[in-house]
Amino acid sequence: MSDAITGPLVRAKNLSRHYEVSGGFFGKRASVKALSNASFELYAGKTLAVVGESGCGKSTLARVVTMIETPTAGELDLDGYVISADNELSDSQRSQLRASVQIVFQDPFGSLNPRQSIGRILEEPLLINRPDIDASQRESMAREMLAMTGLRPEHYERFPHMFSGGQRQRIAVARALMLNPKILVLDEPVSALDLSIQSQILNLLVELQERLGLAYLFISHDLSVVRHMADDVMVMYLGRVVESGPAQTVFSNPQHPYTQALLSATPVADPSRKQTRIRLQGELPSPLNPPAGCAFNPRCWKTEERCRGTAPALEADGSHSVACYYPMQ
Amino acid sequence: MPLLDVRNLTVEFKTADGQFRAVDGVDVQVDVGDVLAIVGESGSGKSVSMLAVMGLLPWTATVTADAIVFDGLDLTTATAAQRRSIIGRDVSMIFQEPMSSLNPCFTVGFQIREALKTHLSLTRSQRQSRAIELLEQVGLPEPVRRLKAFPHQLSGGMSQRVMIAMAIACKPKLLIADEPTTALDVTIQAQILELLLELQTSTGMALVLITHDMGVVAETAQRVSVQYAGQKVEEQSVGTLFADAHHPYTHALLSALPERANSRRLPSIPGVVPGQFDRPAGCLFSPRCSFADERCETVQPTASASSLGHARCHYPLSKGVPLARAELQS
Repeated sequence: MSDAITGPLVRAKNLSRHYEVSGGFFGKRASVKALSNASFELYAGKTLAVVGESGCGKSTLARVVTMIETPTAGELDLDGYVISADNELSDSQRSQLRASVQIVFQDPFGSLNPRQSIGRILEEPLLINRPDIDASQRESMAREMLAMTGLRPEHYERFPHMFSGGQRQRIAVARALMLNPKILVLDEPVSALDLSIQSQILNLLVELQERLGLAYLFISHDLSVVRHMADDVMVMYLGRVVESGPAQTVFSNPQHPYTQALLSATPVADPSRKQTRIRLQGELPSPLNPPAGCAFNPRCWKTEERCRGTAPALEADGSHSVACYYPMQ
Repeated sequence: MPLLDVRNLTVEFKTADGQFRAVDGVDVQVDVGDVLAIVGESGSGKSVSMLAVMGLLPWTATVTADAIVFDGLDLTTATAAQRRSIIGRDVSMIFQEPMSSLNPCFTVGFQIREALKTHLSLTRSQRQSRAIELLEQVGLPEPVRRLKAFPHQLSGGMSQRVMIAMAIACKPKLLIADEPTTALDVTIQAQILELLLELQTSTGMALVLITHDMGVVAETAQRVSVQYAGQKVEEQSVGTLFADAHHPYTHALLSALPERANSRRLPSIPGVVPGQFDRPAGCLFSPRCSFADERCETVQPTASASSLGHARCHYPLSKGVPLARAELQS
């Protein structure tokens, strides 16, 4: 992986994805800005965590990076291929790229076909993308992958319903790794799992990253998991990146009021630590009708006239950038 | 005398493959003004035991208990009418999915007033003003307008506030909250937990909080009861539990928390919770326990002394070291 070390595997520049929705019979057509102007870089062997509440655009980002959706604006450089609204990839380029970007979904109960055996599930990506590999080779590759992800050889013939949630998530990870991807998008990989199982899967992910030099785009709302896994963090609110930087810096010195509120709202498993909690009023505004100016201004306690006017841009101070007129010091 | 006193509660479900024991000899005591958290993973029987108290289990369930006494009335022998007069008035419950707990066909106001109509003798206008007062109490802006709203017009956090308003409508003595914030975002979770605690202190009701989130437990509860595979394995006050867990399961669970980790590898618990067909003969946690020996595999442990958190273990831990064994060696 000599070429991977030199530059980022993923480079996004002002990536946006807007959806057109009909406003009903008489309503005007509106556009939902599910993702606006996201820029980031992801390197081999590193983990970029995307944090935010529901509706903040983190799953849309996952869908754009895995090419399920095409961006409506901006540029996405995936492993040397550039994807943008006016640069559609050819089918052969796409299939090559598909092999290097794979995804693991949140719900291990919904993401595995109940009618397929585990062997069949693991072999399917090869069957579709690698016609040069014959059946016996596919089987041996699938069995190898079972061993690597901590499953047993006899699981090859079994069906998804015979497995627990944690094992299913292992199968989902194994399936994602069958094509030797360089980038793995993990969309809430542990939030459907119990605490004792969660640590098993997190350990597996760490182990695989160290062994295979994978780049993780780790999407989660659980800040304690993110703090444990991430090298870099990107905090999103209503489709926009509000703060990003190295995990340590962001967690120890959060500058955007929303990041601070999010950190203080996360319960800490330590009863002796009584922290003062920032009380956020109200709820996430509708993405159909976002507030003018900074999207966070209706809930922010530092709002001033300027915040209601125009949205602040993401401004970098070294590697740590924040989109706020009045960042906390 | 405790407000709620459940002794040796067992719940079995009839399944196609025979009886499945979801709750196995659980004791719960809740005093007036108590905040008790029941923690456990999925399948630990934490919800089922409280549903049994409420009498909300389906007909396939067989509930047996030495006693389920609420406020002096034994619910195991109470008549259906006696039960109905208490459930929903003196004991009420809120559930995990606020969106699916509300009836989509009726307005929020109708559903809140229904609870008042069933249990209290108020006139129509009194019910209306009480409903407005309740929505104000749970912090919903524009209560008069909200009463006319249907559940689909509310967000998750607002629906949960409505559920709480319904639950506290008749000023209950005990509120059971079953994973009240699991389906909500973190900032909304913080608001709802704060509201529940505020209501608890202002009305003096007892609160039972069923959850799987150790962070929520640490920040809200006074007392914690830990369940595993249908059994209560430990009970302690919240401070001592997090400082010194006595059951190996609790200890392992706490050290598996990412925020307590000091390396990239988390200490994890191998294996999975036993199911219907692979229940061990001895201690239920023995196949996954790092301290288990032959005795654990064959003999069911009983609860130990209260100084050891009632840990259901042959070798309860103290500061992460099995006590009995350390004593034997020395």
